[in-house]
Amino acid sequence: MSVLSAPKPARRRRGQDPGSIIGKPGFLTYGLLIAFILGSAFPLYWSFLVASRDSSFTAEQLPPMWPGGNFFANAARVFDTAPFWLALGNSFLVGAIVTVSVVFFGTLAGYAFAKLQFRGNNALFAFVIATLLVPTQLGVIPMFMAMAELEMAGELVAVILPNLVTALGVFWMRQYLIAAVPTELLEAARVDGCSMIRTFWHVVLPAARPAAAILALFTFMTSWNDFLWPLVVLDPSNPTIQLALEQLQSGYSVDYSLVLAGTTLATLPILFIFIVLGKQIVSGIMQGAVKG
Amino acid sequence: MTVGTSGSTDSEGRGADGDPAASPGGGGRQSLRDRLNRWDVRYSPYLYIAPFFVIFAIVGLFPLLYTSYVSLFDWSLVADDPVFIGLDNYVALMGDARFWQAMVNTISIFILSTAPQLAMALLFAVLLDAHLRARTLFRVGLLLPYVASLVALGIIFGNLFNSEYGLINGLLGLVGIDPINWHSDRFASHVAIASMVNWRWAGYNALIILAAMQAIPRDLYEAATVDGAGRWRRFVSVTLPMLRPTMIFVVITATVGGLQIFTEPKLFAVVPGSNNGGSTGQFQTVTLFMYQQGFENFDLGYASATAWVLFLVIVIFALINFWLTRRISSTEGPR
Repeated sequence: MSVLSAPKPARRRRGQDPGSIIGKPGFLTYGLLIAFILGSAFPLYWSFLVASRDSSFTAEQLPPMWPGGNFFANAARVFDTAPFWLALGNSFLVGAIVTVSVVFFGTLAGYAFAKLQFRGNNALFAFVIATLLVPTQLGVIPMFMAMAELEMAGELVAVILPNLVTALGVFWMRQYLIAAVPTELLEAARVDGCSMIRTFWHVVLPAARPAAAILALFTFMTSWNDFLWPLVVLDPSNPTIQLALEQLQSGYSVDYSLVLAGTTLATLPILFIFIVLGKQIVSGIMQGAVKG
Repeated sequence: MTVGTSGSTDSEGRGADGDPAASPGGGGRQSLRDRLNRWDVRYSPYLYIAPFFVIFAIVGLFPLLYTSYVSLFDWSLVADDPVFIGLDNYVALMGDARFWQAMVNTISIFILSTAPQLAMALLFAVLLDAHLRARTLFRVGLLLPYVASLVALGIIFGNLFNSEYGLINGLLGLVGIDPINWHSDRFASHVAIASMVNWRWAGYNALIILAAMQAIPRDLYEAATVDGAGRWRRFVSVTLPMLRPTMIFVVITATVGGLQIFTEPKLFAVVPGSNNGGSTGQFQTVTLFMYQQGFENFDLGYASATAWVLFLVIVIFALINFWLTRRISSTEGPR
């Protein structure tokens, strides 16, 4: 800033911060945000609340808002009612394979689109973006027929296969790699006689790590929470965690202490990851999100 | 283009200088290496992007096209021979009151969820853009709903909105409002289902918008303030136009996702496992209807026709919203 602009601050009204729209945050700002956070957390807390009490709890309209002592008993019943261990194992396995694959292929393609020059680069990338518009849920019928034909229906591989690479993953890694990998570094590697794939392995992949971590977390969450496709293609005897949850509430009267103990158990692993890594996730979004 | 070609010639030229061990003697080997190197530079990029296109062809494009093929048949999951019936499935669908009800439900839930969700997302992005204390805590909190599973949410909200002993009606009773029949009343059920969508996605979208907002050059706000622009004016004349690409992205993804809504209405049913979307289909959505036709009634042809009609509706809505978003956040907008 030059001397000429020095008088400018004096023209601001006091207490106003022109760096943002609302200026200095007041009680209203904090109040709204705190209300929103409480609202965000409440349904999760509620499900733990019901899960920690016995079934009589659900008969009261305005129950006490503190947990009871029955959570472990209800959790134990969850494992008796549905094949919950199997479901947990299945979901972890599917999530792990899908995540590694999405991150690897997403980074590979994202790198090509961000840093390599080839005929059709822009057109092909536009096509990738356009595929985001194809509603995948509508393809479940032919996908199911194909899986049945290939005798994969009922197998976990049927859940894994369609999710091995995503347009969002490619897009995300491209956005990040454009700025994260200096073109000079790539040229230097090439001058040193590095092959393309070695350059990728030794230069790009390490640089991509922060964005790859975010992508990994989101992919794992999405996979963990997937419902329609596993519902269509898997067998109730070999469920993922979400299918097991749905099984818990079958029967004519729903035992909410049992069912919500199940939802709490299914949410805990993800919640744990989120609490540990929440700060990184958010700063990752802030860096990588669509900026134009 | 230019960077690639110059890069490759560079590496060839300097590679020969910098690697004397390879040059003596083997002129043929040298050129083979050169050629391999050139192929590597030219074709590797296609290899790197190939997995995406291969997988998309198998799980995106093929289903889309094959769905249209199946929709022309009387194709039962349990019988053996599909019978070609032309457009009969579509004709039947157009006359199916249940389908139209599902379509109206879908659009109603979509509007009830998308509009408040985006308005809330914008509001919270603006609030978070200020210089807050503990702002990481607030940002992380916004993402909390996104962590919960949809199935869990469906069950939790089903419990909260229970008309006899649900907490929501209990709270309404405190302020003297009669219990609302959240499951059987059509509009009320749409509100309840939309609230799940709003709850889950508002914070996520707020973060996406906030990220774009923080990329807006701060001196634009300073200049606007100096020019005497108030908060609202700064928001409408500076922020919104600068956010346009992000808003388009957010609106389009919300549209594509919102019109396919399935898990929420399926889990909201009082009878577990039901695909009816309530006793009279009052909250059955088109995707739920499609699932019911395909995997409960085993009528794959009819379900495929449903999928295609929904696909067209999604495309139309995406285009309308694209146009609207461009107009609304344009600086050249009507005054």
